[in-house]
Amino acid sequence: MTQETRTEASAAQGSEAQQVPAAWEPRVVAFICNWCTYTGADLAGTSRMKYPPNVRVIKIPCTGRFDPLFMIKAFERGADGVLVSGCHPGDCHYTAGNYNARRKFTVFRKLLEFSGIDLERVWFSWISAAEGGKWVETVRNFTDVIRQKGPFQEYREMIDVR
Amino acid sequence: MSDRTADIREVARKWLTDGAVEAVVGWEQGTYRDRTAPVLVRRAEESERLLFNERCTNNLMTYLKREPVRSLKTVGIVAKGCDIKALIGLIQEAQVPREKVKILAVTCPGVKNPDGVVPVKCQACEVNTPTFYDEIVGDKIASSPDRAARLREIEKIESMSAAERYRFWRDQFDKCIRCYACRQACPLCICNRCIAEKNQPQWIETSAHPRGNFAWNLIRAYHLAGRCVECEACETACPVNIPLMLMNRHMAKVVEEAFDYQAGRDPEVQPPLRTFKLDDDNSFIL
Repeated sequence: MTQETRTEASAAQGSEAQQVPAAWEPRVVAFICNWCTYTGADLAGTSRMKYPPNVRVIKIPCTGRFDPLFMIKAFERGADGVLVSGCHPGDCHYTAGNYNARRKFTVFRKLLEFSGIDLERVWFSWISAAEGGKWVETVRNFTDVIRQKGPFQEYREMIDVR
Repeated sequence: MSDRTADIREVARKWLTDGAVEAVVGWEQGTYRDRTAPVLVRRAEESERLLFNERCTNNLMTYLKREPVRSLKTVGIVAKGCDIKALIGLIQEAQVPREKVKILAVTCPGVKNPDGVVPVKCQACEVNTPTFYDEIVGDKIASSPDRAARLREIEKIESMSAAERYRFWRDQFDKCIRCYACRQACPLCICNRCIAEKNQPQWIETSAHPRGNFAWNLIRAYHLAGRCVECEACETACPVNIPLMLMNRHMAKVVEEAFDYQAGRDPEVQPPLRTFKLDDDNSFIL
C-alpha cells in the first residue's frame, strides 16, 4: 500500500489512528489446518499468486486443535488480527474437527464481543486445498481491513502496562 | 411447617448409621451468626452439627472435586435445587458417578448473600423444590421464577458500545488479584491442574497484570460456557467484586440461543461443546 492510500485510511479512522507510525504494517496471524487451508495456501504459492506478506501462518493439525488461548496469545504478542481457517464442513480429515471448532468459535467470539473486542479483528474461514484463490482473497481483504483499523490499540494498552 | 434442620440431621444420622454413606457434606454454623460454613460429617453423632437456613448460600458440590471427598466411595451431600444442577453437570461429564453420591435435597425458599441481598439465582429460581435426589426434606415450594432477572444486567452491557464494554471490563479486570477464588469455589472448574498453573508453556501470565488478568478471566468464562449452572459461587467468592456472573450468564444466553441448551437439567444429555450439529450456525464463517 502506498503512503498516500495509508493517509486516506488513517483520515477515515479519526484522531486515534493519527498516532499510527508511518512505518506501521498490520500483523496478521493465521492459524490454519494442515489438510485444507495450509495446502490451499501452498497452492497459492506454487501458482505464484501474490498476497500481502503481513500474514504469519501457524499450521495446526485441524481447526479442532484451535484453542482460544492461541488467539489471546497472538494478541498478547502484538497481533492486530487473527484468522482461523480450515476445511469446509464435511471435509475434515478427522471427520468432525471443524464441526467441533465451529461451536467453539461461536461461543468464543461472542465472549470477545461481550468484553469489547472488535470482532472485525477476528476472522474465520473455510478454505479447501483447491481454493488457493480464496486464500489469497481472504488474506488480502483481512489485511486491508486491519490496515484501515490501524494497530490494535485496546490490546496494546493492556500489554504495555508496566 | 417442617423443620428442615431437624430433618436433615435425621436423614444424615440414618445414612451414616446404616453405612449407606461414608460421610455427609453439609452446612454448619459459621464463625459469625449470619454465616454458615461447610462441614464434613463422618460419624452419626456429629450429624447435630448440620443445619439449614437462609445463609446456606455456598454450593457444596465444589467439595466433590477435591480431597477428602473425592476419594470416598460413597458420600451424602445436602443440596438445594441450584446445587443439584451443578451435580447434574458433574454426572454428565463423568466426573462423579451417580451411584457414589446420595443427594439429600432440601426445598429452599431462597437464600441470602453474606451482605443480606437476595441473589439473582434465587429471583430466577425454578428449582425451589428439587426434582433430582435420593431423599428430600422440607415442605414443597412452588417456583415463580423472574426469568428477566438473569438478563437485566447483561442487557445493560450488551447495549454499550464496544469501546464502553472494553473500558468496563478493563476496569473490572484491573481489580483482579489472581487469587483464583472464583475457580476454587466453582463446582464445575474441575481440572486437577488448571491451565493457569501450567507453565510449560505458560499460556496465562500469572502476575496480576492487565494482560494476564484479561486472559484469565476470559478463559475462565470460556471454559464454563455451556457448563455454568449459575450458582454464583465464583462471584460470591470474589474478594474484589468482579461481576463474573455477567460473563457467565452472557455465555449461558449465547449457548441457549445457538445450541438450544441449558446447563444442569438432564444428566443424560451431551454438553453442547462436546457435540455438534451439521446445521450449526455457519453465518460468521467466510
